[in-house]
Amino acid sequence: MKKLAKWRLFSLLALMALILSGCGKPYLSTLQPAGEVAQRQYDLMQLSTIIMVGVIAVVTIIFLIVVFRFKRKDEQIPKQVEGSHKLEIIWTVIPILLLLVLAVPTVIETFRLADVSAMDEVNEDGKTDALVINVRANLYWWEFEYPNEEIVTSQELVVPTDQRVYFNLKASDVKHSFWIPSVGGKMDTNTDNINKFWLKFDSKGAEKANELFYGKCAELCGPSHALMDFKVRAVPSDEFDQWVASMQGIEEPIQPETALAQEGQELFNQSCIGCHAITPNNASPEAARVAPNLTDFGDRAYVAGILENNEENIKKWLADPETLKPGNKMSKTYGELTPEQIDALTAYLMELKVQE
Amino acid sequence: MSTYAQKKGFGATVWDYLTTVDHKKIAVLYLIAGGFFFVVGGLEAMFIRIQLAVPNSDFVSAGLYNQILTMHGTTMIFLAAMPLLFGFMNAIMPLQIGARDVAFPFINALGFWLFFFGGVFLNLSWFLGGAPDAGWTSYASLSLASEGHGIDFYLLGLQISGAGTLMGGINFLVTIINMRAPGMTYMRMPLFTWTTFVASALILFAFPPLTVGIFLLMFDRLFGSNFFVTAAGGNTIIWEHLFWIFGHPEVYILVLPAFGIFSEIIPVFSRKRLFGYSSMVFATVLIGFLGFMVWAHHMFTVGLGPIANAIFAVATMAIAVPTGIKIFNWLFTMWGGSIKFTTPMHYAVAFIPSFLMGGVTGVMLASAAADYQYHDTYFVVAHFHYVIVGGVVFAILAGTTFYWPKMFGTMLNETLGKITFWLFFIGFHLTFFIQHFLGLWGMPRRIFTFLEGQGLETGNFVSTVGAFFMAAATVVLVINIIITTVKNERVGNDPWGDGRTLEWAIPSPPPFYNFKQLPLVRGLDPLWIEKMEGKKGMTPAEPLGDIHMPNASFIPFVISFGLFVAAFGAMYRLDYGWGLPVLIIGLAITFGSMFLRSVKDDHGFHIHKEELIDEDDNKGVKA
Ligand code: HEC
Ligand SMILES: [Cu+2]
Repeated sequence: MKKLAKWRLFSLLALMALILSGCGKPYLSTLQPAGEVAQRQYDLMQLSTIIMVGVIAVVTIIFLIVVFRFKRKDEQIPKQVEGSHKLEIIWTVIPILLLLVLAVPTVIETFRLADVSAMDEVNEDGKTDALVINVRANLYWWEFEYPNEEIVTSQELVVPTDQRVYFNLKASDVKHSFWIPSVGGKMDTNTDNINKFWLKFDSKGAEKANELFYGKCAELCGPSHALMDFKVRAVPSDEFDQWVASMQGIEEPIQPETALAQEGQELFNQSCIGCHAITPNNASPEAARVAPNLTDFGDRAYVAGILENNEENIKKWLADPETLKPGNKMSKTYGELTPEQIDALTAYLMELKVQE
Repeated sequence: MSTYAQKKGFGATVWDYLTTVDHKKIAVLYLIAGGFFFVVGGLEAMFIRIQLAVPNSDFVSAGLYNQILTMHGTTMIFLAAMPLLFGFMNAIMPLQIGARDVAFPFINALGFWLFFFGGVFLNLSWFLGGAPDAGWTSYASLSLASEGHGIDFYLLGLQISGAGTLMGGINFLVTIINMRAPGMTYMRMPLFTWTTFVASALILFAFPPLTVGIFLLMFDRLFGSNFFVTAAGGNTIIWEHLFWIFGHPEVYILVLPAFGIFSEIIPVFSRKRLFGYSSMVFATVLIGFLGFMVWAHHMFTVGLGPIANAIFAVATMAIAVPTGIKIFNWLFTMWGGSIKFTTPMHYAVAFIPSFLMGGVTGVMLASAAADYQYHDTYFVVAHFHYVIVGGVVFAILAGTTFYWPKMFGTMLNETLGKITFWLFFIGFHLTFFIQHFLGLWGMPRRIFTFLEGQGLETGNFVSTVGAFFMAAATVVLVINIIITTVKNERVGNDPWGDGRTLEWAIPSPPPFYNFKQLPLVRGLDPLWIEKMEGKKGMTPAEPLGDIHMPNASFIPFVISFGLFVAAFGAMYRLDYGWGLPVLIIGLAITFGSMFLRSVKDDHGFHIHKEELIDEDDNKGVKA
């Protein structure tokens, strides 16, 4: 049993090292909370961890004593003990008390995180004062609609920091789950109903994450479930207002400047526009919005949520989306593109910017 | 009727096992089939870990990965862990209560063959167009969208094997209620019998919801109904409820017998009676009861609302109390004891801290608001592997070494056993401990790959290394089994020397009628009581007399085979013209053989008193 003890010591040290070194990445880890929801959840995690480590410590002490002290030394028959009411009461009552310590804040937080009453407070225009975003999850991409602002974007959620943002969540094909680990826990996007919850994006946390949080799909949804990522650009509220204004300013598709991009636009209008919208308004029905809205594609940090947005990767995506995201709904829907066509389309897509 | 005493050829042995209704042979069948599926599920686990060893790996494709992960979970739960535990229940429980067999030997055989054919059917999907790929939970929107027949294999396979499990559970319940030896009151039953009893009750109540859910989904997929089709007014959340109303008790169906096995091992190798026996029984029953009240903790993020979430959170935390009672009772059984560290005891000792880890993360997960972060991440993966591997698989490995001599009459090699233990123990913690952190760092579960630059590389690599240790442990175990079987060194009634319960009072392996005379039970740990009074064995409760035994039968095999055939018909009905006839033929085989069984009187046979006395004279006869 010596070995066991050594091993436990070793694992304890390894654990310490892990805790010190590894809290994960600031844009992805739940251990670096960057918003009120994640912070409250982190506090609950800490509370429960402390209680549980306490329990483990007590058990470990008894365990070690037992294992070392009561090893068989002779052939004597030990005293047969039936039990002990006193001890049994102790190890029933103390855990109950410990659990209460955890249960009370759990219940409080569960209700607090579910408080979306602000979504029901509608003003004269039939809109909410609170910022509401409708999230629609689709096989392997995300749509974000801002009903009050009447704009739509995809793949990259843009939010203001330091204020509550409310979400309506649903899925349009199979069930997914909406999760921005460092900002708050997840909530499922069901096919049956709309779920509501709120998040708050901390400006300090956003700074640490370079203003770009990672979002994930957390419910198995098909082959590319692992690649159903999105990004969250969390910016100060004036910057957010600017973004909204410039999005709203786009009533006609953006006109590209270079000749190559104009060529690309023509191609796009032939083969792609049936799926991809390039104006941000939300007037068209959801059923018609079968692909990511590309109005501000040039501003996005990533292509399809997974590849850094640069010329090379856009080309890769257009040439062969299937290898990049197996089973995605764009593959094989637009015919073969020649390298020249891909160049033109890429030039066009890169000019789809609403901000300088 | 003395053919049973003769040595048989290979063909005769196979026929013997195909038709047996003897609980001990059915136990062997469960162990072989469960062991086989355990290896299959383990290989699937290795593929998973190899794929995730490095970022962006293309060892397996995305679609294939989903099939592997689905089959890993489904196989391990339904086709490995449960049957292996059923094996021990079958082998040991009737002996522990001093019975000659289970209440319904025929149904016992039927239960096994249903499980077996269901499992084979499910696994044939690999060769017939692809395995199911919607996870072992098979959530309705995804499983309805899944193309091909993978999900149909899952539905039909589990339906068939689930029927077998349900029969097994009912059989154990009736056996324990009706067939205890004289003096074996409920509060004298060994803990493994108690946990078998409670787990069987859980099966009785938990499997029907699964059956219903699977039926509805099967109708949606194969016969065009709309129970879970949202667009047609169906609701997918109902599936989640049905699945978890089954799924959560299922965890206890697995872990209670595991507790039972450890509750046998710890007293034997501590030479001390189980501390707080009655509170252990109480805790077992309470866990079983609470196990039905907490299913929605698997659904905290579904949007059931804060009231439901809060209630289920608190109910879930409550389960920690009886579980904690058990942990302390085990520790205090060892306290003051005289502990011998045999291989089974290694597992039992290691189980306590390992399972405790799984238990405490369970409490953490119960905290609904915090669970929004843990849910569907590797934190959960780590948690349930700590519970299921640290609890159930440890128990299965411990039970294998502990009961091997009783079942087969030979002793597994202790050195190799300890090597297996250490490899497995180290590999287990190496694989799963880090996964808690991977989850907290933002790694969702069920992903076929992860991208670079998210800080997940090291953790995943460590985890994969650990998996290889566990694989090595399994290889050593197999070698151990082969060596032991070849050597074939026979052992006596009580090979561990400190057996306390009835199974250790009879030969290893026991004769097919178990007890020549039913034993008189005078208290908890009946054999120990007799030993302490200086007696060698149990006092008989009846004079030597004729023993009534059931006849072997091939019908259970045929009934199950018919369903196996029918399942193919049901599945291919719409694709091929032969589907419908095959469905009908299959059902005809099943119902025909059931009919035959009903009309043909089968009264079993008697072993006469004289033959039993004969046996005493020529010792060493093989049963
Ligand atoms: C059948 C509809 C369809 C057609 C036609 C189609 N796409 Fe797509 N496209 C999609 C879908 C769906 C996605 C989301 C893929 C994913 O991430 O799973 C997508 C994603 C994209 C993205 C990445 C968007 C982002 O924000 O990251 C780009 C760029 C793109 N498409 C460009 C094109 C171009 C250029 C064409 C024409 C040659 C085209 N698409 C034709 C459906 C379509
Ligand atoms: Cu998804």
